Amino acid sequence: MSEQKLIGGIKFGILSPDMIRKMSATAIVTSEVYDENGLPVEGGVMDPRLGVIEPGQKCATCGNTLARCPGHFGHLELARPVIHIGFVRHIYDLLRATCRRCGRLKIPDEEIDRYLDLYNRLKDKWPQLASSLTDFVKRKAIKAMECPHCGEKQFKIRLEKPTTFIEEGPLGRLWPTKVREWLERIPDRDLRVLGYDPEFARPEWMVITVLPVPPIAVRPSILLETGIRSEDDLTHKLVDIIRTNEKLRESINSGAPEVIVEDLWELLQYHITTYIDNEVPGVPPAKRRSGMPLRTLAQRLKGKEGRFRGNLSGKRVDFSARTVISPDPNLSINEVGVPIEVAMILTVPERVTPWNIDELRKYVLNGPYRYPGANYIIDNTGRRIDLRFIKDLKAIAESLKPGYIVERHLINGDIVLFNRQPSLHRMSIMAHIVRVLPGRTFRLHLAVCPPYNADFDGDEMNLHVPQTIEARAEAKILLLVQEHILSPRYGGPIIGGIQDYSSGAYLLSSKVTLLTKDQVSDLLASINYSGEIPEPAVLSPIKAWSGKQIISLLLPEDFNFSKEAKISSGNLKCTDEECFWDSYLVVKRGKLLLGVLDKAAIGAQQPESLLHFLVREYGTSFGKEFMDKAFKLFLRFIEMRGFTMSIVDIMIPEEAYKEIEEVIVKVRKEIEHLIQLYKEGKLEPTPGRTLRESLEIKILEVLSRARDEAGERATKYLDPFNNVFIMAKTGARGSTLNITQMAAMLGQQSVRGQRIHRGYRGRTLPHFKRGDIGPEARGFVSGSFVKGLSPIEMFFHAAGGREGLVDTAVRTSQSGYMQRRLINALQDLRVEYDGTVRSVYGHLIQFRYGEDGIDPKNTSFGKAVNVERIIEKHVGWRK
Amino acid sequence: MSGKKKFKIMDHELVPKHEVVKPEEAVRILKELGVRPENLPWIRASDPVVKEIGAKPGDIIRIERRSPTTGKIIVYRFVVAG
Ligand SMILES: [Mg+2]
Ligand SMILES: [Zn+2]
Ligand SMILES: [Zn+2]
Repeated sequence: MSEQKLIGGIKFGILSPDMIRKMSATAIVTSEVYDENGLPVEGGVMDPRLGVIEPGQKCATCGNTLARCPGHFGHLELARPVIHIGFVRHIYDLLRATCRRCGRLKIPDEEIDRYLDLYNRLKDKWPQLASSLTDFVKRKAIKAMECPHCGEKQFKIRLEKPTTFIEEGPLGRLWPTKVREWLERIPDRDLRVLGYDPEFARPEWMVITVLPVPPIAVRPSILLETGIRSEDDLTHKLVDIIRTNEKLRESINSGAPEVIVEDLWELLQYHITTYIDNEVPGVPPAKRRSGMPLRTLAQRLKGKEGRFRGNLSGKRVDFSARTVISPDPNLSINEVGVPIEVAMILTVPERVTPWNIDELRKYVLNGPYRYPGANYIIDNTGRRIDLRFIKDLKAIAESLKPGYIVERHLINGDIVLFNRQPSLHRMSIMAHIVRVLPGRTFRLHLAVCPPYNADFDGDEMNLHVPQTIEARAEAKILLLVQEHILSPRYGGPIIGGIQDYSSGAYLLSSKVTLLTKDQVSDLLASINYSGEIPEPAVLSPIKAWSGKQIISLLLPEDFNFSKEAKISSGNLKCTDEECFWDSYLVVKRGKLLLGVLDKAAIGAQQPESLLHFLVREYGTSFGKEFMDKAFKLFLRFIEMRGFTMSIVDIMIPEEAYKEIEEVIVKVRKEIEHLIQLYKEGKLEPTPGRTLRESLEIKILEVLSRARDEAGERATKYLDPFNNVFIMAKTGARGSTLNITQMAAMLGQQSVRGQRIHRGYRGRTLPHFKRGDIGPEARGFVSGSFVKGLSPIEMFFHAAGGREGLVDTAVRTSQSGYMQRRLINALQDLRVEYDGTVRSVYGHLIQFRYGEDGIDPKNTSFGKAVNVERIIEKHVGWRK
Repeated sequence: MSGKKKFKIMDHELVPKHEVVKPEEAVRILKELGVRPENLPWIRASDPVVKEIGAKPGDIIRIERRSPTTGKIIVYRFVVAG
């Protein structure tokens, strides 16, 4: 057994040349990598002393085999020092803050004493303040143009990006040798005031004299299928460095002219700079033969696919699956449909007990290829048996004993986590109950589309199987879909009816809906209803039930509720129970008495709705049950009745087109008049606008009025209770504007809120005269989708439509980045038991969570107590 | 401007009530919250309000402000140099 120790802390510093030599297994002395036999050359970058790379070998340095050898650093002595690109800023500051002759910080001794004392007192308790102190000292020292210690006059030092320092004085260009000598002269004490810990970070170590050569394990070579060996980018770069270093040493030793030496020196600087960071501004990135830039040290760490974000914060996991999603209205909202093929790969470990041994034996007997089976067994010695390679499954099933673990296939009733990216809020990962189904897609209930923001145009989702009972319990209690019906964002249900559910609910609850006994039976059978059927609402000529009666069967007996329906607008508007249009919803003692159900009652993201209060007042289990049943009912009814949309729903007669033409003629005249006024300079300008802007605003106003009027005139010829209108009014899909655009006219197209004006000089398209600012020339589309668009109209419509696409593309990337930053800043905050919000460091962030200590999930629209609702709930009326 | 009347920021309707907490009370508050002073939110000594009420680094300030969610809320700030 090795000794165990606790990590007390981590200290970062800069490697000194001595340290690099000390930790080095070998000096790298040659740029040759492999000899003619293909074996690594000793003293080359693939020297075997840098660690084992092939299994079975023994390490030349530590004697371990592949699994235990950690890899060993080598080192390369540079012929001339070079600047470390990562420390350029520090070197630049130090050169300016210290004396060119004596190397002292350019601040008088007494002040240094004072600052040092202050710094020592600050550094542990107030690190932020300490760093602003060192900043201040540094700035002060840089300003001094004469050394207070030796009186030497100082010169300005310039940094020529990326690594060249120039003194605007007698020294001229400061080559790295000179820089190093200068930094060596700075005394430890002066460095401390600048915030350095000279024991671990002497500034001269920022100038590289010895380069550490990382172990081969860090830069493994890959053997391609063709048998050719391909080296890692780092190895390539190291070979470049060594080769240049050799050449530089040779030319120095042979006394070559200084120009040649300097050229090679700069080349060495370039290679080492790009070896460390291949994305330094102003340095051409080193490229592979294919033209691809090399992935060197900094690139391995930085960015989304770098070590931190790609490997440490984000990892790939087992027991997960991903496939396309599709809808299944027959599932419960809590369920997820899992393809059999997936269920036979994902497993749940189950410990054998006397109570489940018979069942688990059956799984083992079925083996990995028959569902429901098992893929692995772990016996009580911890040995893992792969059932794929077992011939005699019967024998192994017999040998099962309590204490063994069977990794059985996923079965109905297992709990899994289901996720859709981008995981922007907590409802993006919810626990579902497995339903193993034929087919190759994951299936989910349509009511859970809003929290995942999922649709079925090819979306894929991920599924994870928790592997411990604790994880399963936690998933069931905290993450199950029904526990997330109410959103913490606004307290309303984020899970609820969408699209056809709204239309279906409206049609079923509409007062014209009367159902025969057969229909009632059909409807109730679809939800496995087993209670009594109420007395029919109509007794003769035949017994008939209203849709409201059927819906009432699902409501709790003491439930009271009233609210305007979504359809309550325009001439169907109702604000109280006296409603001729059936647009005011009233539920008393669990009976739906008046009004229709539509999006406002059962829709997703509708706070203070019927659905909201049902879930809030009767619990999440009831909410789930209600949605499973009611939603199935709505769909069954819409299936019975039939629901579609066709061209006749938006076709208008000839005389309607004449009316629209009248509108257009009228509007054209109005605009001509406006333009006339404008040209004569008689147009009344809008305050704060130029004359031209005022004209545009007025024209836009007139044109938007034109579209509305055309829409009104056209839609009055349509049946206001046809399927398209039902969808628009109940909030299922589409709006009256959409109907107008289909039936009457598209209206003015715009880009950035203005009429389309760009394109050619003085005109949008060559079909118009220059300077034409009439409606047609600036994107007014009088055609409709039914009538069809002319090519010019089609062009303007595309121009307007593109803006929307660009907007969404830009918005998602921007809000994604903002989300990332917010989450990074907030993820470690938590609400303590005393109601305060604190960071992990104990800092108080809020004295009371949200200033009121209230969880918005349990509010209605942010109000902790909704008095009106309480009265209504118990008394049955409000106001 | 005449410069006769100096504008008092405390008079502005958007500036909530600030006051320095007495040492005994500060101890009680810190104990109640279970924090060291530096774990409270900070306010700089150069903040105009801090100068106005004459608080010094190390002091604790009580701020009583209106809140859209609760009507009134009391929060504390720890004065730091700077
Ligand atoms: Mg999609
Ligand atoms: Zn080794
Ligand atoms: Zn000096």
